[in-house]
Amino acid sequence: MPETTLQIEPERYELAAQPTYRFQVDRRDFLGLLGGGLLIVFSAGAQESGRGRRGEGPPQDLDAWLHIGEDGAVTVCTGKTEVGQNIRTSLSQAAAEELHCPLASIKLVMADTALTPYDMGTFGSRSTPTMAPQIRRAAATAREALLDLAAAKWNADRSKLAIADGKIARADGGESIGFGELTKGQKLTKTIARDVAVARPLCQSAPKVAARDIVTGKHKYTSDLTRPGMLYGRVLRPPAFGATLLSVDAPSLPGVTVVHEKNFAGVAAPDAQAAANALRLLKPEWKREPAGGSSGGELYEALKKTAAPGNADVHGSLDEGLASADVKLQATYTVAYIAHAPLEPRAALAEWDGGKLTVRTGTQVPFGVRAELAAAFGIPEDRVRVIVPDTGSAYGGKHTGECAVEAARLAKAAGKPVKLVWTREEEFTWGYFRPAGVIEVSSGARRDGAITAWQFDNYNSGGSGIAGLYEIPNRRTAFHPAESPLRQGSYRGLAATANHFAREVHMDELAAAVKMDPLEFRLKNLKDERLRAVLHAAAERFGWGQGKGIGMACGFEKNGYIATCAQVAVEDSRIRVLRVVEAFDCGAVVNPDHLKNQIEGAISMAVGGALFEQIRFNDGQIVNPRFSLYRVPRFSDMPEIEVVLVDRPDLPSAGAGETPIVGLAPAVSNAVFHLTGTRLRSMPLEL
Amino acid sequence: MTVNGARRRIDADPDSPLLSVLRDGLDLTGPKYGCGEGLCGACTVLLDGQPVRSCILPVRAAAGKRITTIEGIHHPLQDAIVEEDAMQCGYCTAGMIVSGVALLNKNPNPSRDEIVRHMNGNICRCGTYLRIVAAIRKAAQAHA
Repeated sequence: MPETTLQIEPERYELAAQPTYRFQVDRRDFLGLLGGGLLIVFSAGAQESGRGRRGEGPPQDLDAWLHIGEDGAVTVCTGKTEVGQNIRTSLSQAAAEELHCPLASIKLVMADTALTPYDMGTFGSRSTPTMAPQIRRAAATAREALLDLAAAKWNADRSKLAIADGKIARADGGESIGFGELTKGQKLTKTIARDVAVARPLCQSAPKVAARDIVTGKHKYTSDLTRPGMLYGRVLRPPAFGATLLSVDAPSLPGVTVVHEKNFAGVAAPDAQAAANALRLLKPEWKREPAGGSSGGELYEALKKTAAPGNADVHGSLDEGLASADVKLQATYTVAYIAHAPLEPRAALAEWDGGKLTVRTGTQVPFGVRAELAAAFGIPEDRVRVIVPDTGSAYGGKHTGECAVEAARLAKAAGKPVKLVWTREEEFTWGYFRPAGVIEVSSGARRDGAITAWQFDNYNSGGSGIAGLYEIPNRRTAFHPAESPLRQGSYRGLAATANHFAREVHMDELAAAVKMDPLEFRLKNLKDERLRAVLHAAAERFGWGQGKGIGMACGFEKNGYIATCAQVAVEDSRIRVLRVVEAFDCGAVVNPDHLKNQIEGAISMAVGGALFEQIRFNDGQIVNPRFSLYRVPRFSDMPEIEVVLVDRPDLPSAGAGETPIVGLAPAVSNAVFHLTGTRLRSMPLEL
Repeated sequence: MTVNGARRRIDADPDSPLLSVLRDGLDLTGPKYGCGEGLCGACTVLLDGQPVRSCILPVRAAAGKRITTIEGIHHPLQDAIVEEDAMQCGYCTAGMIVSGVALLNKNPNPSRDEIVRHMNGNICRCGTYLRIVAAIRKAAQAHA
């Protein structure tokens, strides 16, 4: 079988966390698969709906995306996952708006590799800019097909038909017909034209689809699911990263399956308590490697020492820029490793049926996890089905399938379905982290506020959002990948958070050095109209210039423009964020209330990374893998938050789940400087 | 014990957490596992009307008591949470509602500070805190 390298976010720098396991292929199964007809039968079945492959564009036959039932219910299929960003709601809105039918008649089938077209994954804020237009085109094609059907049925002039509220009617007020009556459940076989006319989003708030199931406790997350005969799994964890499992002694317990293969050991038992007890009775012998490394100052030295040169983006001449500067600054910024800490830890329920594997799991990359499972067990992807129930959040932390692979390994040995839910400590330890990083900035500016030189080197925390939109004639920016002592990967606003932190704090330092107001200084160096507009909008709502302890930041990431103003207080050396105003332009607004909710959520989450979140580690162990040791934002940490939406109905919609997180930390650091005169250059900020 | 109004006989290791008994034994999966140390509030249920963290409460401590989970709650706070869009992934929501209902039962018109103090043991990682506060105030007014 070909080696599969899991690409997390191929379109930009994302550190790919490699698959953890590769189990021995059962030779008999393998040959059976290739020799028999089963494989062909199964893939022909899957071909009905799970169309499209890695490396190809999305399928453009309508019935891969949309089906109208006899009852008029519209089923729309997408490989995207719902992790709290409310994409289920906004994609349903896109289909309903194009079909002119009630939102309630749309049912989205999401992230099921046997039912939905291939999808690279839910990341990079791509669902709104790419999946929403795809669903709009599919729904618009269906709408046109329905109009054709009605025109033929009534032998009527197509232009005299109106479509509204899930029905097609003669414009003269004559007869009308529902979608279901018209199609009678038949497939709509049409090719989706690239240029089919679609509408702009209506900018309408709609309540979260499935909200009622959530407030009544009915919604089933992966961790809530059961299957007949299901066992509960637990996995034996190494005492430190890089340890090798030499042997395991396990007592024989009734109903308990123990698995030991290479570095993997785990148990499956009839209930969770029995699984926990069985795990405790395992007697492993580990060989620890001297892992070395720890969080703290030496981490940043190590990242710089192991860094690659990287590709620099160079404009003009730094020497000339510095020679023409009246003030010159040099500063170093750092960001810590932090954890996603989704409230639902990784979970998977795996079930084998002969040589076929079905895994229900919370992941943002169902087709990637399918590939990971296929590689781990040496079976073709066609024999693996991954289904993702709407999941208890992810924030970029659920791209990989290790929990799915573990559950599948246990289920294979037990011959029964196995559910595995990681403990909070496992979630904090055995996933991956937002990379730590060091950023060095050297700059020069004239006394009139024009920046003349800008050198920006990012070590390890990523290249996204590194460029910025300031007009600087002489500049050199470079990202240098380094050797990370911890497994690192994607995160909400991953690298852009670090790059905006360093850039926007440095902008505040330069503004102070040339004795200019930070808003005026930014505007002086900025031509981009959309970024200027959000800066003005945030400053105006905030009442910029009034009061003590105020700071601002702005930026551009994933086609969203953001400006953040913050006010802070300091009590007993503790920083408290009092008030935040954030203006955001992500093109045409789809659902204003859900957009505000995302922005408020991003700001709230950002408070943690700005003020107290930090993964501590030492010698191959995470030191603080629990909520009692790793503080996340709570009710009492919340500032007042005001969101200003800068709607641009004339422009395509960009995603909004990530970019609103990038402005808070630098705005808060700058506000602390305004209040105390102390410059804080490390996230989390500590006085 | 009495669970959501019905008497249930439980056959379990007395040291098992109440949460496992509710979820795995009685298929009441509304209360969630979030941390296992009583610090995130996702597992909150009412024990004789008082909010408890069922992930750290051994089931023997619930013997003979009245347990209410989200599945047994019908309260204006649920509507208010929907109306205020006070959720994203929804994994914390059941615990938030149970904690909020406990507060409103005790204090029908809590101030913002009282809400924050009472709710501070519940984590919403998606950061919908301000909306949850707004929903609790709205439910308080609806009740008044």
